[in-house]
Amino acid sequence: MYATTYHKPKTLSEAIDLYENSEEPSYLSGGHTLIPTLKSRLAAPQHLIDVRAIPELSGIEVTADKVIIGSATRHAVVAASKEVKAAIPALAGLAGSIGDVQVRHMGTIGGSTANNDPAADYPSAVLSLDAIVHTDRRSIPAADYFQGLYTTALEPGEILVRVEFKIPEVAGYAKFRNPASRYSMAAAFVSKHRDGHVRVAITGAGNEGVFRWTEAEERLDESLTVEALEGLAIDPSQMMGDMHAPANYRAHLVAVMTRRAVQNLGGTHIL
Amino acid sequence: MSRITITVNGKPETREVEDRTLLVQFIREHLGLTGTHVGCDTTQCGACTIHLDGKAVKSCTVLAVAADGSEVMTIEGLAKGGKLHPVQQAFHEHHGLQCGYCTPGMIMASVDMIRRHDGMLDEHTVRHELEGNLCRCTGYHNIVKAVLDAAEKHRAAHAVAAE
Repeated sequence: MYATTYHKPKTLSEAIDLYENSEEPSYLSGGHTLIPTLKSRLAAPQHLIDVRAIPELSGIEVTADKVIIGSATRHAVVAASKEVKAAIPALAGLAGSIGDVQVRHMGTIGGSTANNDPAADYPSAVLSLDAIVHTDRRSIPAADYFQGLYTTALEPGEILVRVEFKIPEVAGYAKFRNPASRYSMAAAFVSKHRDGHVRVAITGAGNEGVFRWTEAEERLDESLTVEALEGLAIDPSQMMGDMHAPANYRAHLVAVMTRRAVQNLGGTHIL
Repeated sequence: MSRITITVNGKPETREVEDRTLLVQFIREHLGLTGTHVGCDTTQCGACTIHLDGKAVKSCTVLAVAADGSEVMTIEGLAKGGKLHPVQQAFHEHHGLQCGYCTPGMIMASVDMIRRHDGMLDEHTVRHELEGNLCRCTGYHNIVKAVLDAAEKHRAAHAVAAE
């Protein structure tokens, strides 16, 4: 890791001030993507601004129709939250399936959502649960938030403060993990919203990162059953292909994971 | 450089460190506590697992400066008065190791696991929860036996304490 200077601001305005007045700054949360990146010398921020001591970024609030999670909340806390488990069990299950125990003790929902790794779990929940991403300066609907691999609508210096999920009628999450890295090779988050519409978000597979599989949504709007998905396939040319899984295999996994998510509504199915 | 104080195994340790110092470097190189190992250095193998404010984390992926003011427990802090911690004793009795490289991390992860589940563990859960710790020698069988045995003794000890 190259030399860097660490800061731990206690307020949002202090953090933004530091960002705006520093050469090559970077925000730091759980650090479970950023620190490995720094150790590999793939990034060399001169200033690390740790956002975890800012009060607005912590806490979980559940209302009649929303689950609102502060961006510095660790995966283990979301996974163990009685309130989240009761409101959206698939979301708690998703958080409990990220990485391993030690990673979940450090990694945060904000870090995952801000980094937008194409194989990360949380982006699928954000998109499927029609979430709103609240920052220090505005509220961004999920539909406008994700903009391709590792790219989001966040501007330089903008801080992700909390994520507001709509509580659906029911949701399910199914993931096929790479057995070595445990990142998803394909995962589907399926939600039936209270307005009756179904949203299917796929992560780990698309060559533009997380996306909605609208053909599957149309079928599931008619009938939220595995049978409704029969014969439905996705175009492999839109899938990532790499040493772990070629594009046509990922396309196959997308269809299988979507069916498994529908079979496991109200929970998760992690392979 | 930053001046930080981390309470390690109950003892406050103050040092001047570079901000890029990893917690595992602080533990091994600044404090000389070399029981915590560096295996992969990429957050995968779990050999560097320690407890940070009571939770198992991989100390190769935490900045020492970010742990300023925290409590850290390493493998050296488990035994009390020359007596092995029950999880260490179980690894010894069940031969839950061969080369021993992963053992400190395995034990720190297991202590955390037994505590979080209050000793209520079965084989499936133990194997699942040890996903973040790699062992290239044992095939895990004796490690799992050791954790289950220590978990059972934890339950028994707490049942006695509750009476």
